[in-house]
Amino acid sequence: MILTYIELKGDKIKKASLEALSEGKRKAAELNKELAAAVVGSGKESLAPELFSYGASKVYLLENPAFSQYSTQDYALALASLAQKISPEVIFFPATSQGKDLAPRLAAKLGVGLASDCTKVSVKNGKLEFMRPIFAGKALLSLTLKSSPQMATLRPNVFPLTEAAAQKGELVKQAISLPADQPKAHVAEILQERGGEIDVSEAEVVISGGRGMKGPENFGLLKELSALIPRSAVGASRSAVDSNWIGHQHQVGQTGKTVSPNLYMAFGISGAIQHLAGMSSSKVIVAVNKDPDAPIFKVADFGVVGDLFQVIPPLKEELKKLRSE
Amino acid sequence: MNILVFVKRVPDTESKIRINPETNSVVEEGLNFVLNPYDEYAMEEALRIREAKGGKVTAVTVGRDDSRVILRKCLAMGADEAVLIKDPLPETYDGLRTARIIAGFIQKKSPDYRLLLFGKQSVGADNSQVPPMVAELLGLPQANVVVKLEVDGDKGVAFREIEGAQEKVVFPLPAVISAQKGLNEPRYETLKGIMTAKKKEIPIIAIEELGLKPEELAPQVEISRMDLPPARPAGKVVTGPPAETAKQLAEFLHNEAKVI
Repeated sequence: MILTYIELKGDKIKKASLEALSEGKRKAAELNKELAAAVVGSGKESLAPELFSYGASKVYLLENPAFSQYSTQDYALALASLAQKISPEVIFFPATSQGKDLAPRLAAKLGVGLASDCTKVSVKNGKLEFMRPIFAGKALLSLTLKSSPQMATLRPNVFPLTEAAAQKGELVKQAISLPADQPKAHVAEILQERGGEIDVSEAEVVISGGRGMKGPENFGLLKELSALIPRSAVGASRSAVDSNWIGHQHQVGQTGKTVSPNLYMAFGISGAIQHLAGMSSSKVIVAVNKDPDAPIFKVADFGVVGDLFQVIPPLKEELKKLRSE
Repeated sequence: MNILVFVKRVPDTESKIRINPETNSVVEEGLNFVLNPYDEYAMEEALRIREAKGGKVTAVTVGRDDSRVILRKCLAMGADEAVLIKDPLPETYDGLRTARIIAGFIQKKSPDYRLLLFGKQSVGADNSQVPPMVAELLGLPQANVVVKLEVDGDKGVAFREIEGAQEKVVFPLPAVISAQKGLNEPRYETLKGIMTAKKKEIPIIAIEELGLKPEELAPQVEISRMDLPPARPAGKVVTGPPAETAKQLAEFLHNEAKVI
C-alpha cells in the first residue's frame, strides 16, 4: 500500500497534498498497489470524496480533539500508530513546512530512512528510486531506501495533479489516544503575514527583484505586477534581502528558498551562482537586466536587456490589456 | 544553561559543484569549505543566550579530521568547548544515521543539557532531517525553522516560519531548535577569539564509543547516481526601446509561458 499524508489548511486540503496523492496514484498503478490517504484531525469526513476522486481507495481519519491544532509530536504519534497497523510499503508527504517538520520525526519513530524534497520518483526493480536536488539544485542525487516503509517528501509545484473521475472508497476512522505526560511543544498562535500573501515556495509565478531594484521602496513595482498575475508572489535575491529591502522569507537561492514555479521573473538580478541554484528548475524563466552579460540571461527563456524602471510600466499596461481581452 | 550546537562543514554557497561519476560524489578539490550558514545562526543564538543567562556552549560536529576548521571557527566566535565525533564514512545523505550518532553522543557523553541547537538544514545535503530525528530519538519537543527564540527558566517560545505566516510554538526545556536566517546577525570572530581558539584542545570521540549497534550505523540511503542538472536551452534575448521590449515580453508571457 502507498500511504499519502494529507496536510490541511483550515478545512481545505493543501494543493501540495493533492500533488503528492496524484504521484501516489501513478506509483500505485505502476507497482500494482493500493493507494490510501491519511488525514489527522477531527470531524474531517467531508474531505474524503475529494481524496477518493484523486484515486485513494481508502481514507484514514485519525481523530483526537487535540488534533485541531498542529503538533509535530501528536501527529507523528498518530501516523506511527496507523503505519504499525496497516504496514504501508511507501509513505509520501508534501515537502511543505509541515511535511518537512513531521516526516523526519515519523521516520525516526519508525526507524527508517527518508528521501527529502524529491522532484522525481521512478520505479526500479519493484522499489522506488527518488531523485532530489542537493546543493539547492546544483546537483541531483538519485537514491533508493533500504528500509521499509520507503518514506519521501515531495516538492510542491513539481508533480502534476491528476484528478480521476469521482469514485467510491472506504472511509476508516481511528481514534488516537495521546500520552498525558509527554514533554511537548504546541502551537499557541499563528501569525499571518500582512495581506495573506502566497509564499514564494507555493506560488505559480515568482516575481523577484535584486540589487537592480535600488531600494526597498521600488519593490512596490513588483507588488503591482504581482497584483496583475494570479497566484504570484514577490521574491528577492540575497543581496536585496541582506540590504534589508525586503524580508528574508522572500529570499530565493541557496540560503533562501528553492522554487520551481511555472514562471520565474527576475528583475535587476545578475544571477549569482547561489541564486541560480534556487530557481533554475523553474519551468519558464524571464529576466530583465541592464547588463547584457549578466549570467541570469544564460538560464532565461526570454531576456530583455534594459532598465527595469523603464520596462515595468509599459509591461504593466500590456498585461492589463491582455487581462481585459 | 548548557547548550549544545551541532554544526557541519559544507562548501560555501558560491561554489560550483562538480561530480565524480565513478564514486557518485562531489569533487572536493578546489572547493572552499565553511561553517554551514544556518549553523552560524544557531551558534550566535547559543552565545547570546549564554551571555544573558550564563552557562556553557559546546560546538559538536560529526565528520572527518578536516571538520576541525569549523569547530575552530565556533571557538573563535565564543564557544567554550568543541567536540569532533569522528565518522569514518564520507557524506551518506542519510539523516537518520547522523541523528543516531548525535543522540548516542548526547546520551553517552553529554547528558547534561538544556538546549540542542541546529541549523535548519545543511546547505548541500539539504535534508532538513537531523533536528526532528534527534528530537524524536531523545523524546524531546522541537521547533524547526525558527526566526525568533526566547528561553526563560524551564520553558521556551519559538517563532517558526511556515508558508506566508509564523507559528508561535511554546515548549518545555530541554528542547531541539533549528535556526533559520533572520534569527539573528552572526558575529565575526575577533582576533583575540581566534588566538584563544587556537590554544583550545578539540577532543575526538570515536563512533565506537557511542554504543550504537552496527545496524544503526548502516546507511539506509543507497546512492544510485549523482548528476548535474540538465543545462537549459538558450533563450531569446531582446534589446530596444522599453515600450517595444515590454510588449514582446508580454506576448511571450501570453503565448509561450501562457501565464496570462
